[in-house]
Amino acid sequence: MLLFRYLIYEPLELLGRYGQLLFSAFLTLGDVRSYWKNMIHQMVSIGVDSLPIIALAAGFSGMVTTVQTAYQLTSPLIPKYIIGGIVVPTMILELAAVVTGFILAGRVGARIAAEIGTMRVTEQIDALESMGLNSTGYLIVPRILAGILMFPCLYLVAAFVGIGGGAGVGHLMGVISVSEFMEGARLFFNPFDPVFGVIKSVVFGFTITSISCFVGYRTVGGAEGVGRSTTQAAVYSCVFLLVADLVLAITLL
Amino acid sequence: MIQIKNIYKQFSGRVVLDGVSLDVHEGETLAIIGRSGSGKSVLMKHMIGLLSPDAGQVYVDGTDINAISYAELRKIRRNFGVLFQGGALFDSMNSFDNVAFPLRTFTHKTESEIALEVQTCLAMVELPDVGPKVPAELSGGMRKRVALARAIALRPKYILYDEPTSGLDPETSNTIDVLIKGLSDRLTVTSIVVTHDMHSVLSIADRAAFIHDGRIHWVGTIKELHRSQDETLRGFVKANEYYIGDSER
Repeated sequence: MLLFRYLIYEPLELLGRYGQLLFSAFLTLGDVRSYWKNMIHQMVSIGVDSLPIIALAAGFSGMVTTVQTAYQLTSPLIPKYIIGGIVVPTMILELAAVVTGFILAGRVGARIAAEIGTMRVTEQIDALESMGLNSTGYLIVPRILAGILMFPCLYLVAAFVGIGGGAGVGHLMGVISVSEFMEGARLFFNPFDPVFGVIKSVVFGFTITSISCFVGYRTVGGAEGVGRSTTQAAVYSCVFLLVADLVLAITLL
Repeated sequence: MIQIKNIYKQFSGRVVLDGVSLDVHEGETLAIIGRSGSGKSVLMKHMIGLLSPDAGQVYVDGTDINAISYAELRKIRRNFGVLFQGGALFDSMNSFDNVAFPLRTFTHKTESEIALEVQTCLAMVELPDVGPKVPAELSGGMRKRVALARAIALRPKYILYDEPTSGLDPETSNTIDVLIKGLSDRLTVTSIVVTHDMHSVLSIADRAAFIHDGRIHWVGTIKELHRSQDETLRGFVKANEYYIGDSER
């Protein structure tokens, strides 16, 4: 009975409440006037403010991938441009989106849950509701839309910086020249790869922001509750990001 | 007029409201009194539909607010101004923007008209110069006054006060009481004050409803409160260091 409760009933109940919250929020989608200013603010906070850390993480990922690929390709029979042919699709298909996702799950997910959770425990959400505003629409819609719009942009930045970092470090270490690196990239380039990456980043953007909003919105119990929500938002976002990654790879590739 | 008819509410098996019925008349100031945890704030939240009763009805101007759509409920809520216990000012905005928020959201006024209205509201709560300050820069009493300015910005028909003087020193509490009394008279609103501060009740309310054991144990005018021989009510009032007969001697 306890197993049924923890494995089936409670997850299903949470899923139902998550769906209900999102449905209620997106009923206000047409009322752009009520949230566009907040959305611009969120776009800056989620997108622009995350650029340095995303670029840093993606740059290092590209560099490490290049170094490790070169380390593994020891046979003189394998041309060096293969390094570019491995690093570039890896960045485009997986690393740029996943690295961006993980960093934003921590940075953006935790912040969203803390903000909304604090508003919940200090009755600011009740205040919005008592004024006659749909608080879910006002708080959740701009954050999810900002996530969906900004994640692909961050993904593209991450992909370019990662590839640049990989090519740069290969050249500096004397492993592979930039032209050889790009030749490999061109040879193995599949036009669907960046499309897949963008789709993935949109899904990640939605997953992280919606889960964090949901967790924040359900906060109970003062400062301790806000702390708990912040941690949960980051953890749940990472877990569902991995699940979404696998589902997308199976269904779209 | 707000009518509460036989409402029940429980949280995790604990009964908080056990058949509460209460009428709030137009233009009056009704104080809902009772011990901490007696369900006063829960009752108040039922009046604007922030909580739904497990059974019973809440009528606002003849409309059962639990039998209408969320969109209709939101329209009804615009007739209310609510002062929450901690003020519930939006941290991300300064005082001016907090007061301007309902005006920007629900009216089509220009920014200059809004600025004028905000100044009027802040002047009403005697804080004309705090506009640029964020909530973190304000004292507890000032926060409540700015929240009160926000609550009256749309000139509501009803104002709900949740523990307006809790956590404040006696002098600031007195200032808030004077403000509530003044606003009730100037704006001709119906006010519902949830409090356990008998000093507030005696100075601002026309009637009081005493909630005890999940029910309205006693309800009457302040004059009747002074004369009441109800032991439970007298016990509560005595605990507030206000012997009912004292003010009549």
